[in-house]
Amino acid sequence: MREAFPLLIEACQIALVLFAAPLLAGWVRALKCWTQGRTSPGVLQPYRNLIKLFSKDIVLAHNASWVFRFTPYLLFGSVLMAGAIIPIISVDLPLSATADIIALVALFAIGRFFIALAGMDVGTAFGGMGSSREMMIASLAEPAVLMTTFTVSLFGHTTSLSEMVRFIGQQNFFLSPSMVFAAIAFVLTLLAETGRVPVDNPVTHLELTMIHEGMILEYSGRYLALVEWAGMMKLFIFTSLGVALFVPWGIPQGDDLMDIPLAVLIMAGKLALVAAGIVLAETGLAKMRIFRVPEFLGTAFLIATLGMLSHFILEM
Amino acid sequence: MTFTAQIINVLAACILLTSFGLLVQRRIYGLLRIFAWQGLFLSASTALVAYTAGMNHLYISAALTLTLKVVVLPYILYVLVNRLNIYRDVEPLVNIPATMLIGIVLVIFSYHLTAPIRELSTLVTRTTLAVALSTVLLGFLMMITRKKAVTQIIGFLALENGLFFAATSATYGMPLVIELGVALDILIAAFIFGIFIFQIRTTFDSLDLKEMEKLKEHEGA
Repeated sequence: MREAFPLLIEACQIALVLFAAPLLAGWVRALKCWTQGRTSPGVLQPYRNLIKLFSKDIVLAHNASWVFRFTPYLLFGSVLMAGAIIPIISVDLPLSATADIIALVALFAIGRFFIALAGMDVGTAFGGMGSSREMMIASLAEPAVLMTTFTVSLFGHTTSLSEMVRFIGQQNFFLSPSMVFAAIAFVLTLLAETGRVPVDNPVTHLELTMIHEGMILEYSGRYLALVEWAGMMKLFIFTSLGVALFVPWGIPQGDDLMDIPLAVLIMAGKLALVAAGIVLAETGLAKMRIFRVPEFLGTAFLIATLGMLSHFILEM
Repeated sequence: MTFTAQIINVLAACILLTSFGLLVQRRIYGLLRIFAWQGLFLSASTALVAYTAGMNHLYISAALTLTLKVVVLPYILYVLVNRLNIYRDVEPLVNIPATMLIGIVLVIFSYHLTAPIRELSTLVTRTTLAVALSTVLLGFLMMITRKKAVTQIIGFLALENGLFFAATSATYGMPLVIELGVALDILIAAFIFGIFIFQIRTTFDSLDLKEMEKLKEHEGA
């Protein structure tokens, strides 16, 4: 029985990523409504949206190729796979041996590559525009994400996520400039990767400013549901990746099934706080001009690199 | 590492970050604010070094830094910028991402340069020497890549911050007499810069130092 525990925990985590992601998105939206003085439709609204979209018919453009139809499944699958690797409710995940941090970034890149192709596939102007912008941002955000995670991996001397989180979780609290830098850089790249203000506005359909929405404009029905669900999971995964890397205290080290409920509660509390932080940042900031984005991400990359350098300079 | 040493390291990292902040900031008011922050971190780290090493004269240096570099110099520059109406964006000669990359290379360079000294030293602050040297080099870089006189002055003052930090981290500070002298020099330099800037402005109608590269007199003059 004991041998099956890791598998059970893995299954729990996948279920959690699947079904808690819309809740996190709903929480972010509800908080945003409150900070802006609007009445929110409730934290469960994303679930209702998804159910509505799943029950609708698909409207396909005449010239949509297999790429367009295949992409939602691939995107959903790759994001879910990433969700199975990150230590969210336990460090001891069987699937985490399949991919380290570099492969994780590559998993996100696959999904992004196909969604960019799908954006151009139908041949509308907005799709192509969205794709080109997305790729521009991605090409700058990915090095920054890698640099950030490498800084953390320097502590545990490993690129495996489980080992990194286990190593940091076993330390007592320590103050280190490189961790602080890495955390700041991670927050900046999180905003870019999940398409939040100030890089992209997740609620707008205004033609000139949309990035992610531009690419998925032609999707409808269950395809749109899958793409949106994947987007919510990506937000969930990135925030929990940040939590796992920088405040891993509370994630159980062993494979005891009894630890899981408490771990889920602690994780929920941390994520709710992080989401509140994101909402505050979004409410306080205005979306920046697209040509300022390279500078924003350049700063993230710079801070991540400084973090890495200060590990060697100040902490060796 | 003790907890105070960790805090000193974090402050050193903050000083490094503010040096980069000076490189990437476009607005003059933003530059002044970052410069004041750098002074604050510098003075805090000096005070902490004084506390760990038990060197009482460093407290005076820290207080001097706090008054001069956090309050007086930014205020003088602020008044200057206001009088001259030059709060527009700063135009760098090299674009900002390239400057950042050069800055990173400078940090690595100074790390390698100070690595042998680090092996020899036994002070708490020996690790921060590389940060101090990179702050000096980044100040140089800022003076080289900016066109306007005011930003070059800020670059110069940042460079001086770096020197002060280097003195603290390499030898627990210079003798007090020298520090007082340097502080006075900096203060007077700021006044002279002010007068000089007004002169440049009245002579060339611009603070762009490119104008000064032409040696010919104006036509008709």
